[in-house]
Amino acid sequence: MTQRIRCAGFGGQGIVLMGRLIAHAAMVEDKHTTFFPQYGAAMRGGTANCSVIVSDSAIASPMVEEPDVVLIMNGPSLDKFESTVKPGGWIFYNTSLIDREVERDDVNVIKVDANDIAKEVGTARAANMVMLGAFSKKLGTLDLDTLMSSLDVQLHGKGDKVMEMNREAMRRGAALVE
Amino acid sequence: MSEKIPIGEKVLMKGNEAIGEAAVQAGCRAFFGYPITPQNELTAYMSRRMLEEGRAFIQSESEIAAINMCFGAATVGERSMTSSSSPGISLKQEGISYMACAELPVFYVNVNRGGPGLGNISPAQSDYFQSTRGGGHGDYRVIAFAPSDVQELYDFTMLGFDLADKYRNPAMILADGILGQMMEPLVLRPYEPIPDLPSKQPWRLGDPSTPDALLITSLILNTGGMEERNLMLQKKYDSIVENETRYEEVMTDDADVVMVAYGTASRIARSAMETAREQGIKVGLFRPITIWPYPHEPLNKLADRVKNMLVVEMSLGQMWEDVRLAVEGKARVHLHGRTGGGVPTQPDIIRDLKKVLASKDGEIVRNF
Repeated sequence: MTQRIRCAGFGGQGIVLMGRLIAHAAMVEDKHTTFFPQYGAAMRGGTANCSVIVSDSAIASPMVEEPDVVLIMNGPSLDKFESTVKPGGWIFYNTSLIDREVERDDVNVIKVDANDIAKEVGTARAANMVMLGAFSKKLGTLDLDTLMSSLDVQLHGKGDKVMEMNREAMRRGAALVE
Repeated sequence: MSEKIPIGEKVLMKGNEAIGEAAVQAGCRAFFGYPITPQNELTAYMSRRMLEEGRAFIQSESEIAAINMCFGAATVGERSMTSSSSPGISLKQEGISYMACAELPVFYVNVNRGGPGLGNISPAQSDYFQSTRGGGHGDYRVIAFAPSDVQELYDFTMLGFDLADKYRNPAMILADGILGQMMEPLVLRPYEPIPDLPSKQPWRLGDPSTPDALLITSLILNTGGMEERNLMLQKKYDSIVENETRYEEVMTDDADVVMVAYGTASRIARSAMETAREQGIKVGLFRPITIWPYPHEPLNKLADRVKNMLVVEMSLGQMWEDVRLAVEGKARVHLHGRTGGGVPTQPDIIRDLKKVLASKDGEIVRNF
């Protein structure tokens, strides 16, 4: 099994953190993984995206040209990456911020009202965690518990309240697709 | 803080940071840096880690200052390091040339970005000529590693310090923006120096037990002195070629065509190879791990039975020249080159592999 994933949204939505969590959890589960962020002149409010590969075997190229899965957090990212998804692949997208339908009919589409659910949990900033929860529950690529323990490592030093909000956001995302 | 670094364990790390930790573990006593994308995480990492270890970190006023600070540290026998990206590495060339002449060890890293000029911040391999031909003025070479993953960035940083010391010569890593920025798991293996590291005591300055006055210089004005120095350096380079050439061959045994690629390009080529093999194309991969010394001899041997090679590089024919030199006309050498931040894609590589296999005698396939 090899899954090529692209996370995309605007700067400040925690796109890079999503990718790092997937890669870290994959490592903890003894899978092979690579993570590559779009880097450079990015800023809060600009577009951000990263590529993650999770595989049972060694990964040669870290580049994601035709993703199996895209996790889309805002409208411009859906416009940019909808056409790149492999036929039969998966588009998870944030309906809180995107009011159009996916046009492709050869991919699986999962709607996640990530910001709205995150607000219910206590902060819209956890919208990325809602999306991760939905992704991991739906596709089973990684265990939700592993992602949560990776969160402890990657967000080390944040207070208990923030950590619990993020964990709850993941659980709510998972519950959405159950 | 240092006890928090889980030496011996598998961790997820950025390429730039893995270089930094390897340098710390290998006993780098002083880091002299100046910011530039896409190597900034390395300087940032060192600014924290070196202070935790009670060692020196200086953000210098320029790249030129940084390399000359390395010169100073090296004269007293301390391990030091600098890093930058393409235009910054150009600025350091004078100092590197001086150190090569004065036989001073230094380890440095170039996280290659698009050029020439100030270029852009995208990944590239366009500093191949600079890395493999010395880089600055004069008749000299630097040991140049071309890692292809984060583990190799870590491992070859340690080895780079050792070989720089062993041969009293600059050693470097040529990476690119992808390797520097990407994260993947690596094992933080403990540092073990190579077995035959010579003592620096006989030549380093500032040791009160050294009886005689020492002179470390790159200015040699006496008649015949410069030629003598260069011939002595050349002897050393011959020994480096003999002992330190590293490469990897993958699925070359039955190959009709072999791709030659290093670093990031070799990873994409390897994926393309796996896909092409599923389509019945017998393709292999030859990966130089050191780009100087270059694995000319094994490539030459390979050309006895493989008559077509496709060089895949993120530059426009720089390594292609070395492969042509290596095969001495025994194989046709084709080129798939991207530049200025362009990265080869698997479908494009496979398209060119098919073109190569369909090509006629004397024909050279080139993608641009």
